[in-house]
Amino acid sequence: MTSGLCNVCLRNSLPFVDPEHPYSLEELKVVSEDSIEVDDKLSHVRVVFTPTVEHCSMATIIGLCIRVKLMRSLPSRFKVDILVAPGTHETEASINKQLNDKERVAAALENPNLLEIVEECLSPSFQTWT
Amino acid sequence: MELLDSNVDLEELQKLQGHADRVWGLAWNPAPHNCGGASAMLASCSGDKTLRIWQMGPTHRFDCSTILEDTHTRTVRSCAWSPCGKFLATASFDSTTAIWKYVGGDFECVATLEGHENEVKSVTWSSSGTFLATCSRDKTVWIWEVQPGDEYDCVAVLQGHSQDVKMVQWHPLVDVLVSVSYDNSIKVWAEDGDSDDWHCVQTLNEGSSGHASTVWSVAFNSSGDRMVTSSDDLTLKIWDTSSAISQTDTEGFASWRHLCTLSGYHGRTIFSAHWSSEGIIASGAGDDALCLFVEEKGNSIEEPSYRLLLKKEKAHDMDINSVRWNPKDQRILASASDDGTIKIWEVREIS
Repeated sequence: MTSGLCNVCLRNSLPFVDPEHPYSLEELKVVSEDSIEVDDKLSHVRVVFTPTVEHCSMATIIGLCIRVKLMRSLPSRFKVDILVAPGTHETEASINKQLNDKERVAAALENPNLLEIVEECLSPSFQTWT
Repeated sequence: MELLDSNVDLEELQKLQGHADRVWGLAWNPAPHNCGGASAMLASCSGDKTLRIWQMGPTHRFDCSTILEDTHTRTVRSCAWSPCGKFLATASFDSTTAIWKYVGGDFECVATLEGHENEVKSVTWSSSGTFLATCSRDKTVWIWEVQPGDEYDCVAVLQGHSQDVKMVQWHPLVDVLVSVSYDNSIKVWAEDGDSDDWHCVQTLNEGSSGHASTVWSVAFNSSGDRMVTSSDDLTLKIWDTSSAISQTDTEGFASWRHLCTLSGYHGRTIFSAHWSSEGIIASGAGDDALCLFVEEKGNSIEEPSYRLLLKKEKAHDMDINSVRWNPKDQRILASASDDGTIKIWEVREIS
């Protein structure tokens, strides 16, 4: 169930690009409005995303991009859980664990190569595709 | 003073601001008088790549007396004081551990421990002052021996964990080390009496009533016969080794059994737990709450159990990463958060 205010915020935040495909994640059906749950009162957001293919090696990067975008868009009170849609990826448990370990995420974002990829995916120039 | 039967509150004494990023770790100096006669010193480390030292002044307020910067090139994740209080170790995501020495009112970096392949997550100093231990995302635990002249020799590279090792902690009395990991297990390491080889003497995993997800922290009680671990599985677990033989025998501290699980108190990952010298367990979690637990003194026939003494909701505005009791003042607690602040609390009895 999405609350109106957060719905607007998320819709504006999420149309960014899968590095392998020049369309937005919403167009690729990687995320949709239904796969986002927001509980404003509890300050909780859950995003369930579907990687483009089952063995998609970019799944972790996509998840990381979603996390960074939300981190930069939502008030700091929000707790965000990002999960791979059940049954859509062969190593979903492993990806989910990494994406929701904030120490691993923080260290990954200090890696300049990884950060560059994330920044490129989130940059406004990509969004002109949509 | 028995706290068990009375009502307590956690009063916020001070909020320490200054770090430019989340505060990951805290460490109280066990012997602050050795650093220019200070009454209390607290070290904090942060995602802003610095370590700050906060000193208590004559008005009992803490001020930032030192900022150690321009050494680590990434997040400083953990810090630990030597038992004599004159050395401070800082562990960083830049894969190094720096050793700082108090020299004439300032701290100088006297050594850099290298070797881990990637982020160092934790550093701990043995109470004997002989050893340091570090752990990393490279799945290993390293043991370093302190040599004269500020030299540090690596004496063991311990493999065994199958994933990222989150924290290491020396036992308060003997040279026994405990490590906790992203692989959901807890490992106990000790030196083989004959060969001086370090090896894993016990593994506590889900099968031994252990955690079902990443274990983030471990802390011992002051007598060293109990330890508490905290996890992403939203529980705290208390482990006991009362069946130990003698205090000097490391064998006794290699056999831990599950005593009790505390669940339902935190709604998100419990990042830190610490035991006061008085026996109060403090926990801090991703739900921004701080909890205090004490042993339930009841029927001596039953298994010991612990009860919630107090829960402080919204103790911080964001996740709490570390909670540490002041070893010199057992009612004072420090907490560090993703919100970039550190709070000093006092446990007070209310009538």
